[in-house]
This record gives sequence, C-alpha cells and structure tokens, in this order.
Amino acid sequence: MLGYTITQWLFGILSFMAIMFALMVVFTRNPIHSVLYLVLTFFCIAGHYLLMNAQFLAVVHIAVYAGAIMVLFLFVIMLMNLNEDTEPQKTMITKLIAGVIGGLFLLVLVGALKGTEQLAITKYGYSEAGLMKNLGRVLFKEYLFPFEIVSVLLLAALVGAIMLGKKEAKE
Amino acid sequence: MAEFILYKSIICVVIFALSLGIAAYSTWWERKFAGLLQDRWGPSRAGWWGLLQPLADGGKMLWKEEIIPNVSNKFLFVIAPALFIVTAIVAGVLIPWAPDLKIGETFYSMQISDVNVGVIFLLGVTSIGVYGIMIGGWASNNKYSLLGAIRASAQMISYELAMGISLIALIITAGGTLSFSEIVKAQDAGVANIVWQPLGFLIFFVCALAETNRAPFDLAECETELVGGYHTEYSAFKLGLFLFAEYINMFVSSAVMAGFYFGGYNFPFAAELYQALGLETGDWQISLIGFLVYFTKVAIFITTFMWIRWTLPRFRYDQLMNLGWKTLLPLSLLNLALTVVVEFFRGNIHL
Repeated sequence: MLGYTITQWLFGILSFMAIMFALMVVFTRNPIHSVLYLVLTFFCIAGHYLLMNAQFLAVVHIAVYAGAIMVLFLFVIMLMNLNEDTEPQKTMITKLIAGVIGGLFLLVLVGALKGTEQLAITKYGYSEAGLMKNLGRVLFKEYLFPFEIVSVLLLAALVGAIMLGKKEAKE
Repeated sequence: MAEFILYKSIICVVIFALSLGIAAYSTWWERKFAGLLQDRWGPSRAGWWGLLQPLADGGKMLWKEEIIPNVSNKFLFVIAPALFIVTAIVAGVLIPWAPDLKIGETFYSMQISDVNVGVIFLLGVTSIGVYGIMIGGWASNNKYSLLGAIRASAQMISYELAMGISLIALIITAGGTLSFSEIVKAQDAGVANIVWQPLGFLIFFVCALAETNRAPFDLAECETELVGGYHTEYSAFKLGLFLFAEYINMFVSSAVMAGFYFGGYNFPFAAELYQALGLETGDWQISLIGFLVYFTKVAIFITTFMWIRWTLPRFRYDQLMNLGWKTLLPLSLLNLALTVVVEFFRGNIHL
C-alpha cells in the first residue's frame, strides 16, 4: 500500500493517535476527559510495544498504567469533583510565566536531545528480547541486583505512603 | 493465509455467539435456580419451562423508552455500557475450549488466540473492565451512580491484588507458563491444579465473585443504599448491556477457573477412555467430548455463583475491604510461600 508495509502503516497510525491523544490530555478542559485521553495514549503506546514484539511489556503496560494507576487517578478526580466553577481562575501573569517557563524547558530539551546520536532501535516484529522468557532471564540473571534494589525502593515508598496516611488519620 | 483468516473468523463468531447465548440463558437459569431455592416456579410462561424468557427480556429491553439525562456527558454515557460489555467479552479470547481438532493434515486449536502472556492479559482485561462502570457512573451525573462507580472500582482494585498473587502461585504449579492453553494442557496427566492449589483456588474464587460484582460483593448496585448503583440512570438496552455483561463476566470467570484449577477439557482417565473408544489425537469426537466436559465444569461454576447469590446476604462495605486487604491478601502471600516450598520438594523448582 503506497510503498509502505502494514507494520509501517500501523506505526504511523499509532504514533499519530498517541500524539493526538497526548495533546488532547493537555488541551481538554475537563480533568476526567484528560484522564481518559491519557488512558487512550497508553493503549497506543502498548500498541507500539506489540509492534516491537514486546508482548509482556505491552500487556503489563495496560494492566498497570491503564488498569491500576489511571483508575486511581480517575477515582481521586471523581471524588474531588473538579469543575470549572470551583476551579481557581489563573491570572494573565501566571499564564504568561507558565508559558515562558514551559518554552524554556522545551528549549533545554531540544538543545539536550539535538546532538545525541540516534539509538539503534531493534527492527519491528523480529526481536525476541521483549518476550516474557527472555525478559525474565535478563532481569533475574544479569540485572538481579538493580532489580532487587528497585523492589526495595518500591517497598520503602509503599511503607512511607502508608505511614503518611496513618498519621493524618490519627490527628 | 485465507484459510487461517477463515478459521479464525469462524471460531471468533462461534465463541462470541456462545458467550452471548450462555449469558442469555444464565439469566434464565438464575431465575429458575432462585425459584428452586425459594420453593417457587421462577419464569414459566414464555415457552416451555420459561425457556423463551431471555428473548422476552431482550425484546422488552430493546423496545423500552430510552432516557439520557440531559446534564450528563452524552458521549461517555453512551459509550460506557459498550465498553463494559466489550471488556467482558474480550477475556473470552483466551479460553481453549477443546483439544486441538485435526482437519486434513492440520491441527486447529479451539481457542481464538493463544497469547503467550495469557494470564497477565487476563489480569489486564479485568482491570480495564472497571472503566465501563466508572465512566458510566460518572457520566450519569448522579450521586448514587457516582458512589456505586467508586465502590465498584475500589472493590475491583482491592481484589485484583489477591487475585494476581494467587495466580502467581498457580503459574509456579503449572510449570512456569503464562499461556492459558499450556496451563490446561499441563493438567492432562490426570492431576488438576486444584490438588496442589486448594487455598489458591479458594482465594481466586472469592476474588472472582468480587471482580464480577456478584453477590455477596454486589455493593456497587446495592439497592437498599444506592438505588441501582452505577446504572441508576440507565434505561432500555443500555441497562440491558450492563446486566448482560455481568453474566458474560460470570461465564468467562467460570471458564477461567475451570481451566486454571480443574483441568479445563481434561478429565480423569481421559486417555484410557479415548483408547477404549479407538480415537486418535485430533479426532472430532475427542474435541466434542473435551468441549462437553469443559462446558459441564463451567455450568457447575455458574450454578455455584448463583447458589452463593441466593444464599449469602450482602457484605457491609468495611467488611468487604477488610476481607480483601486483611484476609485475602495475606492469605494469598502465604499461599505463594507455601507453593514455593511444596514445589521445591516436588522437584519442580531448580535453584
């Protein structure tokens, strides 16, 4: 089709959708809609993982990000009941400052990424690295120590969060 | 390629129709079974033994007036039931319904897709399932709906943890595979996983009840507190889809339990029986018998779900959360530890 393979078409469509939904996350007024657009973005990214034959990563991405984290986001936003009436209106000067800072950040990012050499991306659909078996081997053999450190870090964060939550309840 | 597409299309259509048919007749059986338990008839007017009742119900849902609250977000309001039923059906793609069928020289698996990370896929789909309820509850712009939606999502998130951990223990027992068909195949020696995972199965079963929002965990639609819960504002076929999806969920989770813990299409002395009948691997008779066996197990599970619904009263919300976090989660961790020890002594884990 027009000189492109199906994979390339899928890549193009998924990328377009991912970027569009990501923009919608920022531009939509309603926070609930933002969350839902973000979920759609995650689905598009999971599609990219599938194209790279990283099935495990794709499914975990959906289960963890779309299925757990975003549900919690949605949960909190629904409970806070944000809408345009109760939201504090920002003044022009805040918006201006935010714009300048955002622009500067973009400049820094572009400057930092411009000179970097392009990473060699594994060819779509052929790599076996993302399959569960290979990923598990690499994680538990070559990167066992960092893996354990990360889990301890997560545990510490978990315990910390519970402690913070408990302290508030007592007061 | 064309043959592959044809075969996959046929199996997709068959399994889709099967899910819908089973869900429809689950509603009939639920009412009939409730009648049995409460010493009354249940549906008996539409057709012989009330067998046309699902059609009558469906027709009623279709022709009722549809009301969309005009302050709600219309798009999300309409999309929510569809989302809910789609996620309910999607989990069904993993289920291997029967032993492979041989036509000509090729073996055809009786499964839509053998995802090699099937178990995680299943967890992912279950966790996506909550969006239908949440979006529906929120878009209704009604306090009761919102409360129902929040209850449902909190419940699903809480019970997913214990469910996931009990599945890890199952995977260890099943020999480290995440593919549904391989988990079922590994049980064909005659020993079902339930023998090594009794506690894991119990945890999974309770979590499945909670994940499908069935009694005694149906707090999301608790009539006495929340009117109709998350589907208070829904009418006509949208309400029908929500109710229908619950039965599909029940069907799929029954099939998952029957496959994971009770051997799916395998049964004791299957090989001997096939040998006595003179059947070879791939014969259609084997597939048929396997399918019927699987189906019987699923039917038993669905009936158990209903039996529980008409026997146990509803939990209180704090009891629900306590059960999930303080009982099932530690129990599932204990089960995981026990499984590792047992499997080590069985020689299935190599250091």
